[in-house]
Amino acid sequence: MDSILLYTIISLSTLGLVAAIILYFVAQKFKVFEDPKIDLVEESLPGANCGGCGFPGCRNFAEACVKADNLENLNCPVGGNETMANVAKILGLEAVEAEPQVAVIRCSGSFENRPRTNSYEGAQNCTIVHNLYTGDTDCPYGCLGLGECVDACNFDAMYMDEKTGLPVIIDDNCVACGACVEACPRDIIELRKRNKKDRKIFVSCVNEDKGGIAKKYCSVTCTGCTKCFKVCPFDAITMNNNLAFIDSEKCKLCRKCVVECPTEAIHEINFPPRRVKEEAKAEPKAGLTEQISTKNSDN
Amino acid sequence: MLRSFPKGGVHPPENKLSAGSKITVLDLPKTVNIPLSQHLGVPAVAIVKRGDLVKTGQLIAEHKGFVSCNIHSPVTGKVLKLDKSLDSSGYKRNAIIIEAEADSWMDGIDTDSSLVKDFSHSSEEIVKKTLEAGIVGMGGATFPTHVKMSVPRGKKADVVILNGVECEPYLTSDHRLMLEKGEEILVGLRLFMKALNVNKGLIGIENNKLDAIRNLTQIASQYPEISVVPLKIKYPQGGEKQLIKALTGREVPSGGLPLDVGAVVQNVGTAFAVYEAIQKNKPLIERVVTVTGKGVKHASNFLVRTGTPVSQLIEAAGGIPENTGKIINGGPMMGKALNSVDVPVVKGTSGILLIPADESHREAVNPCIRCARCISVCPMGLEPYLLMTLAEKAIFDRAENERTMDCIECGSCSYVCPANRPLLDYIRLGKFRVGQIIRSRK
Repeated sequence: MDSILLYTIISLSTLGLVAAIILYFVAQKFKVFEDPKIDLVEESLPGANCGGCGFPGCRNFAEACVKADNLENLNCPVGGNETMANVAKILGLEAVEAEPQVAVIRCSGSFENRPRTNSYEGAQNCTIVHNLYTGDTDCPYGCLGLGECVDACNFDAMYMDEKTGLPVIIDDNCVACGACVEACPRDIIELRKRNKKDRKIFVSCVNEDKGGIAKKYCSVTCTGCTKCFKVCPFDAITMNNNLAFIDSEKCKLCRKCVVECPTEAIHEINFPPRRVKEEAKAEPKAGLTEQISTKNSDN
Repeated sequence: MLRSFPKGGVHPPENKLSAGSKITVLDLPKTVNIPLSQHLGVPAVAIVKRGDLVKTGQLIAEHKGFVSCNIHSPVTGKVLKLDKSLDSSGYKRNAIIIEAEADSWMDGIDTDSSLVKDFSHSSEEIVKKTLEAGIVGMGGATFPTHVKMSVPRGKKADVVILNGVECEPYLTSDHRLMLEKGEEILVGLRLFMKALNVNKGLIGIENNKLDAIRNLTQIASQYPEISVVPLKIKYPQGGEKQLIKALTGREVPSGGLPLDVGAVVQNVGTAFAVYEAIQKNKPLIERVVTVTGKGVKHASNFLVRTGTPVSQLIEAAGGIPENTGKIINGGPMMGKALNSVDVPVVKGTSGILLIPADESHREAVNPCIRCARCISVCPMGLEPYLLMTLAEKAIFDRAENERTMDCIECGSCSYVCPANRPLLDYIRLGKFRVGQIIRSRK
């Protein structure tokens, strides 16, 4: 009985030893060298694997950072400048400061502003509707309201407002990863420069139809009247295909265009109320200035 | 035992309400709206400008590239404008709008309805004339016919199949055409066979059109190389791949074309258009459109000029019934609801179907109960429940491996699903995404 036990122990140990020796040499032969810096960089990243940097995951981004000679065009929007400074420190490179961004919804076609002309009962998915037809309003450019962007957001920075049927971005949570921009089949969402106190001025419309046609199905459309374009002192506004676009890099937040817009398509957000003096001076439309604060929303 | 495709299929109620009404010529429209993209492929380029006077049958938009199609003026009149206009896709697309006056045809077009049988044209001549006449597949897919007629090098067709199945419920435009223009269709088929240098022609007709089968069999007796084959009544018998399988027993490989198994399939309407183009020199500017529905007063088959607003057709059939819930461009299985009745009839419009409100709504969606009925009805042997889930969860690489691109979008799976799941909606999404991925690889 004892001898059987002994033989077993000896034979198995020998077998294990032989296998270990073989495995050692095989491992030596097929060793893959991996820069230990990749692990270090990956550890310093947020680990959200959101794809905001343009790479499939944090590991791939770390590999790219280690390979690169400088950190230009490599930016983790989630971690921001702080994380990128850490990465630069690990790699001994110079940190490149990137301007923080925030996502903006460029459509105001709420139930009130844009009447529903038909009912859609099919699959609740924006891309499916977009490939099928204009959607339940007549606007072929506007938000379809089925929330594919909200589903794409990994950071709880979006929700659908049931009253308006439009998505809302919570600025504090938004890391500008661009997942919603990618998800939107109508290219309504844009990443814009994040200003102090999250102040924003943007044309909340992407409609390229002529003004007269667009006005028929939406009351807050950009008609392409060029009033804002003419009033802008900083050349920040460009007109293309009956649509105004405010370049967030050039815009100095002077708010002159907001007053000019006849359809309230230009939004100003998180600004203090205008002084009475200014209001009196400006056109009578100054009273239309709206205050949408996404920060104070009850989500 | 009638021939049929082996796998799957469904039996929706046929409802061929307009089968007995003869093709009537619809009055000329006052204005026509001609979209520049009435076919698959690159949109045509307008060669007229605002204020130009055009004659019926005059070329107004030229094909751009090989997979594209000419467009001719369906009326005589003045070009009002070139503008974006709503078409049956639900979006605004470039179109030519013409105000119609008294009809005056271009010189050289034979408008007489007498039968011409002239087979002296060479193969190249037939292809060239088909291209010039702007003919597309009239079954609904609107693929340019001259492309189908030109066989790429290294491939050889040995049979031309004419599709007279018309398996879509309600629609009867092909049925009426086979009854009233049988001779012409067979001449068209002969021209097809000549263009492709093929000496075997088959015509597949579903067995619910006995009069059409009788009519065409009788006419075909003068052409020994053409035979008419009755087929089992089953949807989608008229699917290209299904029809090839039923008639020849050959199976088109996954991702392949019918030409890979030596077959070319054409709709009977296309054969008629080819007949008119070659023998009468007449471009494709009119087609037969069925206007039907349970509440429609006079379900009819109209011969309509392209560009005519759908509203005029519905008016001629007795107007929109009160309880109409949806107006569909095409049949109930593969057709698409229209957003507006102002959209024009195009080369691919086979029918306008008015569905009562109580039949037009979708039922509430429930979870999948794994009954596998979608699998048993899929004529392509796919697993629709799986393809839907993969598209929903964005697992597109696996969807590609599961052959989502082979889906012919017949809608049989959505039709039988007891949980009312939007299977086809999501499979289309999957196909769209996988198509994007495949294109980006090139």
